[in-house]
Amino acid sequence: MSDLEYDDELIAGILERTETIAMVGASSNWVRPSHFAMKYLQSKGYRVIPVNPREAGSQLLGETVYADLAAIPDQFQMVDIFRNSKAAGGIADEAAAIKDKGIEFIWMQLGVRNDEAASRAEVAGLNVIMDRCPKIEYGRLYGELSWSGVNSRIISAKRPRIMQRRRNG
Amino acid sequence: MADRGKHQTGFGFETRAIHAGARPEPVTGARNTPIYQTSSYVFEDAEHAADLFNLSRFGFIYSRLTNPTVSVLEERVASLENGRAAVAAASGHAAQFLTFFTLLEPGDEFVASRNLYGGSMTQFGLSFKKLGWTCHFVDGTDPENFRRAITPKTKALFLEVLANPGGIIIDLEKVVEIGKDAGIPVIVDNTMASPYLHQPLEWGADIVIHSTTKYLSGHGTSMGGVVVESGKFDWTQGGKFPSMTEPEPSYHGLTFYETFGDFGFTTKARAVALRDFGPVQSPMNAFMTITGIETLHLRMERHVANAQVVAEYLEGHEKVAWVSYAGLQSSPYRELAQKYLPKGPGAVFNFGLKGGYEAGVHVVETVELFSHLANVGDTRSLIIHPASTTHRQLSPEQQIAAGAGPDVIRLSVGLESVEDLLRDLDQALG
Repeated sequence: MSDLEYDDELIAGILERTETIAMVGASSNWVRPSHFAMKYLQSKGYRVIPVNPREAGSQLLGETVYADLAAIPDQFQMVDIFRNSKAAGGIADEAAAIKDKGIEFIWMQLGVRNDEAASRAEVAGLNVIMDRCPKIEYGRLYGELSWSGVNSRIISAKRPRIMQRRRNG
Repeated sequence: MADRGKHQTGFGFETRAIHAGARPEPVTGARNTPIYQTSSYVFEDAEHAADLFNLSRFGFIYSRLTNPTVSVLEERVASLENGRAAVAAASGHAAQFLTFFTLLEPGDEFVASRNLYGGSMTQFGLSFKKLGWTCHFVDGTDPENFRRAITPKTKALFLEVLANPGGIIIDLEKVVEIGKDAGIPVIVDNTMASPYLHQPLEWGADIVIHSTTKYLSGHGTSMGGVVVESGKFDWTQGGKFPSMTEPEPSYHGLTFYETFGDFGFTTKARAVALRDFGPVQSPMNAFMTITGIETLHLRMERHVANAQVVAEYLEGHEKVAWVSYAGLQSSPYRELAQKYLPKGPGAVFNFGLKGGYEAGVHVVETVELFSHLANVGDTRSLIIHPASTTHRQLSPEQQIAAGAGPDVIRLSVGLESVEDLLRDLDQALG
């Protein structure tokens, strides 16, 4: 992982405020990381709207795939980008231009980082997270990742409630 | 929404030794980590099961992969080493096997310091050879020797910074530089120091291995090992690590580095090496080790304090020819010890008897309080005469090269009253 540091409170706040995620680069190939992330985030109660021009109009995990962000008819709070760092810049700009769809957060996936685009998006009033995966961050903050020996960096003597952000539907 | 607890930044080593990885159990509120003595876990439904097998969801399937007691140990050691993730194994040797199976292809090589635990030398030099992996041993006291032994097939550098049987310290920063230049990970066996005395990842190492049987468990009760990854190594460089960057056939073409990022190595070691070879740590041993770690900081302080007193006593004894402990003024490694192990250079060291082999046998047979056995890192003080035991099969020349000449006694100084340890050595030395 890169040297980017994000406070847990910031990440948790984004995961708590987000209801719907537009996932750019969502793949119908079930061994791709984007497919894993979409399915996982759905199981945690998020609505995930897939964006992929090559699969536009088809159905993926119960949702219609759209060609681009502008084509999505509904509101969404997060844009989760599974594209290379260069392409991610254009998508961030696209998101900033249509932020009246409710967009607050740009999230670039593991290995994806575009500092210039992030600065432009922040000027436009969006929060930007780069080189992180919301699935992994969700798992880390709510204890599931610890089951795989990952250092969650969480310390607490409080009794955790049974973890489930919210149920589907 | 589930409450999350506080970020660990700002929590000290001692707090993490007690708490990291172990929140109260959510259903019952049990404060101590339960021993989940179960082989397997019930699925919610068929799709949940399929997702777990595909690694697309986090959860428990079978204790050959993950177990809730063992995962507490894994996270705790990862935290104490300031690593990203860890995977536990049945022993330190098993941890080394998981590491190298994940790194190497048949025909690959790695370079290891010769100043190693003897068991590692046998594993690397003989048993690994049968798998098509070649280890080149070098004298690590000159770090440039690592560079000289690197070939295009070299995939890792391996060392103990505080070397077993003690007294020798390898200049880790220089080895890390050589590893960076070659684009290969630096692996440190940190068993002899424990993360309380030394944290290799803070100096730029990429992977840390422990035999948890020693100081982490600490009481001579439980076998175990663990592999910790820093999460900072770039596995894509040079196309050297296909196991991390190429699709994995046993998971339908999943690519581990791309999917799991900075804990991809740990995940691969678990999902393939641990799954397919099976050297898991038992929940009972993990529980004993977690309990041991809770007092690691207190025990290590006393271990090094007692070791310093015993080493100084021996250095002044008329029947002792030399003492190899990096805490002594006379040690050529004292400066490196202060740099890498400022809280003390461990509690395992060698000394030589003027009387040679016969004197060595006499001492180990005459001590009353020191236990004559082949282990280190126990609360009890331990003694062994390598030439008549662990290194008996070697030729006299090989024994000397391995630091196990006929006159050598190895001590692991425990937590007893130090006056009693001195009295025991005094009567045995005669």
